Amino acid sequence: MAHYIGTPTSRVDGFAKVTGAAKYAAEFNVPGLVYGSVVTSTIAKGRIARIDLSAALRVEGVLDVLTHENRPTMADNDQAYKDDVAPAGSPFRPLYDGRIMFSGQPIALVVAQTSEIARFAASLVRVDYETDTHITDVHCQREAAIPLKPPGDPIEAMFTPPKTRGRPEQALAAAAVRHAGEYYVPIEHHNPMELFASTVIYDGDGKLTVYDKTQGVQNVQHYLCRVFGMKPEDVRVMSPFVGGAFGSGLRPQFQVVLAVLAARALRRSVRVVLTRPQMYVLGYRPAMIQLIELGANADGTLDAIMHDAITVTSRYEDFFRQETGWSGLLYKCANAGYKHKLARLDLATPCDMRAPSATTALFALESAMDELAVALNLDPLELRLRCYSERDQHNDLPFSSKALRECYRQGATAFGWDKRNPEARSMRDAGDLVGWGMATGVWEALQMPITVRIALSANGHAEVACATSDIGTGSYTIMAQVAADMLGLPLENISINLGDSSLPQSPVEGGSWIAASVSNGIATTADAIRDELLRLAKQMPGSPLANIASGEVTLADGKLISKGDASRSVSITDAMRHAAVDRIEQEKTYNPSNDVTRAHNTHSAIFAEVKVDEQIGVIRVTRVVSAIAAGRILNTKTASSQILGGVVWGIGMALHEETLIDHKVGRIMNANIAEYHVPVNADIHDIKVIFVDEPDDSNPLGIKGLGEIGIVGVAAAIANAVYHATGKRVRDLPITLDKLRL
Amino acid sequence: MTEVENPGSGRDAEKLPRAVQTTVRERVGAQSPMTTPEAVSVRLTVNGTRHSLLLDPRTTLLDLLREHLDLTGTKKGCDQGQCGACTMLIDGRRVNSCLTFAVMYDGARITTIEGLAADGALHPLQQAFIDHDAFQCGYCTPGQICSAVGLIAERRATSADDIRELMSGNICRCGAYTNIVAAIQQVMGRS
Repeated sequence: MAHYIGTPTSRVDGFAKVTGAAKYAAEFNVPGLVYGSVVTSTIAKGRIARIDLSAALRVEGVLDVLTHENRPTMADNDQAYKDDVAPAGSPFRPLYDGRIMFSGQPIALVVAQTSEIARFAASLVRVDYETDTHITDVHCQREAAIPLKPPGDPIEAMFTPPKTRGRPEQALAAAAVRHAGEYYVPIEHHNPMELFASTVIYDGDGKLTVYDKTQGVQNVQHYLCRVFGMKPEDVRVMSPFVGGAFGSGLRPQFQVVLAVLAARALRRSVRVVLTRPQMYVLGYRPAMIQLIELGANADGTLDAIMHDAITVTSRYEDFFRQETGWSGLLYKCANAGYKHKLARLDLATPCDMRAPSATTALFALESAMDELAVALNLDPLELRLRCYSERDQHNDLPFSSKALRECYRQGATAFGWDKRNPEARSMRDAGDLVGWGMATGVWEALQMPITVRIALSANGHAEVACATSDIGTGSYTIMAQVAADMLGLPLENISINLGDSSLPQSPVEGGSWIAASVSNGIATTADAIRDELLRLAKQMPGSPLANIASGEVTLADGKLISKGDASRSVSITDAMRHAAVDRIEQEKTYNPSNDVTRAHNTHSAIFAEVKVDEQIGVIRVTRVVSAIAAGRILNTKTASSQILGGVVWGIGMALHEETLIDHKVGRIMNANIAEYHVPVNADIHDIKVIFVDEPDDSNPLGIKGLGEIGIVGVAAAIANAVYHATGKRVRDLPITLDKLRL
Repeated sequence: MTEVENPGSGRDAEKLPRAVQTTVRERVGAQSPMTTPEAVSVRLTVNGTRHSLLLDPRTTLLDLLREHLDLTGTKKGCDQGQCGACTMLIDGRRVNSCLTFAVMYDGARITTIEGLAADGALHPLQQAFIDHDAFQCGYCTPGQICSAVGLIAERRATSADDIRELMSGNICRCGAYTNIVAAIQQVMGRS
């Protein structure tokens, strides 16, 4: 019964968020709390020769200064520091030794009675370094970039380029029309609004409650247990609200290590809040140099795709994703080849950032497709339709569902694409050049095993518990909607518990997999609740459900109702009261079926309008239509917001976002939210989101997930619109005024 | 109006564990300690409650609320005046409280997100933000709402473009801008 699923339900945590009642990691205040301020390295590579704490320690109110020289014991093996989503390599260990591996590396924690004192004292820590030569510029490492190693495990195998298909070199050489282009996406940073923070509450018996900014409370808990040799029952990690993360909170970050270190050293509660500049070493979208080569037949069908990529990683871990494979997946093409190399730099390890790899790869591929359309003298949308693939090109499998054609149709109609003059620089609005561009987006529809506990009370209230997160994605709300429908209760009778490591198992919140996983987890557990209620109802004298099988009843309107005969029903309250039961509790694990016979993806079509001031080159994105095919949409209101957010990120990627490094000193120059430009309100104009109908049976509820698909392809659609407006093709992001040179 | 007597300058009442005192003293050696600045007395009215405080003069208005008065609704997103998450209303004007020392506003009347709802009824902007889904993670939301209250009081915005421009000091990384504009328009249309 779907009263709530599919409706535009307002967020159930909305009241808490608009009144300031929602508490984030740095907002749990306890008596005796003390404050840590982090000192960071000013060199990019080398070692600490001498660290002088005397001035800092003289400051009244300073309790201690922790460094690699005086810190309490921490684990001494890589395995302990490898969190659930760590890439291959040797993870960074905060305050472990005197080695410096990146500028901005934490090297000391000043703990004091107030944050003002801690911050002042941190400025007094004096450090002498022995400096080594560093390299932070990916362009200097092009020649030294190393090919990916053969995958060491199934996760790495997922990210290794697919096998070559056909004979791409020969097909390219023989193609009627060819296009080759090099595309560049710089390092970008997540910049969630909430500062990374941890508040560690030290209980008298040494147990810790850790309020942490994270996308995975259990990942952090497991990590802390290994690093500090603690038992799981001694560490509880909580994150009831997370002020955005976008991938930056997937791995445990160093502030939680420092806060726990200090709490254990001082035996008291400690809060560590990073500054905005300090957050720039927590991970980033790796810069990517890509060469795309396309070979097409004269009729606009593709015959060859080659995608070579160089991506950035650190010296100590090999971070990479499936950067090149998207090119071979999206379009029908008999011949495809891929190369992926890593450029090791003296920077912190990159990490996942909204639609990792697809966002960067599709900027290149979809820009290249636009260039091919120009070369073929074809409408860019028509080219996509001629290359449309009904099957997964890597493994020649059908899709579980693929309504991309409908995205193209509905998106183009809503945008008015048929009124586009194909000529570049042909459309104007007063003094502005007008450009229309489009692109395709693709992401994976993933699911993970997850466990959900539901406790139903005789008064018809239910508590749903799972250790997942809500990083702004709307988990609280969709979980309540699904539970209300599955249990046949009003939405207000459902309470959701999440963001607590003591709750039933959940994977980290990433990859767009939580909505499908947790919703089906709720449905699975709700079925167990229903079965238990039926067992109780059957015990009632003269029960109207006496001879009915569990699959033949449903929960609706607070009752167990026969599917075949709605007049046969027992209310939840009656069934439980009669059995003298106040509470029914069930905990079940949802194990998604491993369906390898079909490909599972979400798709999108993005249409963008830009207006470019011909005199000074200012670009405004005046209209975007994003048509999404992502299975069943649980909540059209919050889902729409997810896509709007993705489009805003795509606008930022296209026009604003770039992390700039002073390569001479190896330090990020714009490590703040004013000089690292993110879109502000004045940058954002009309955005229309369309969800096309896409029934899918990959899981019982038909859900695919939405967190990533909204951003994929947006930057290319805008870059293509800029070309259409100006006749200038900009292949390195962001498209700033200087690159247009009108 | 309630009056709260001096909550003091924070968490200085705690005595240090003996082990820690020893460690620090040993490392400092014979040098004299560097004292913290003399506490300054500040009187503020926050959401109708009067506070008399003795503060480290380096305390920002934002940290005063979050760390001393346990009013954590106002958010810290950058501490550099760049993001607007800390926006609150001082004598009715919207201000970035992270760039504001508390001592600069002795005697001022401050309204934070916690003070907008009257007797449990949401402020129209709070309701409009929920109705239009004008947030996702919620972290910039208190600043956005306080900023919008200030914006409407300024009477400078007459169009959606004006709202976009005059709300551009409040960054929303989740990208809820179109919904924020719609929420503000809904309330402006009413007032």
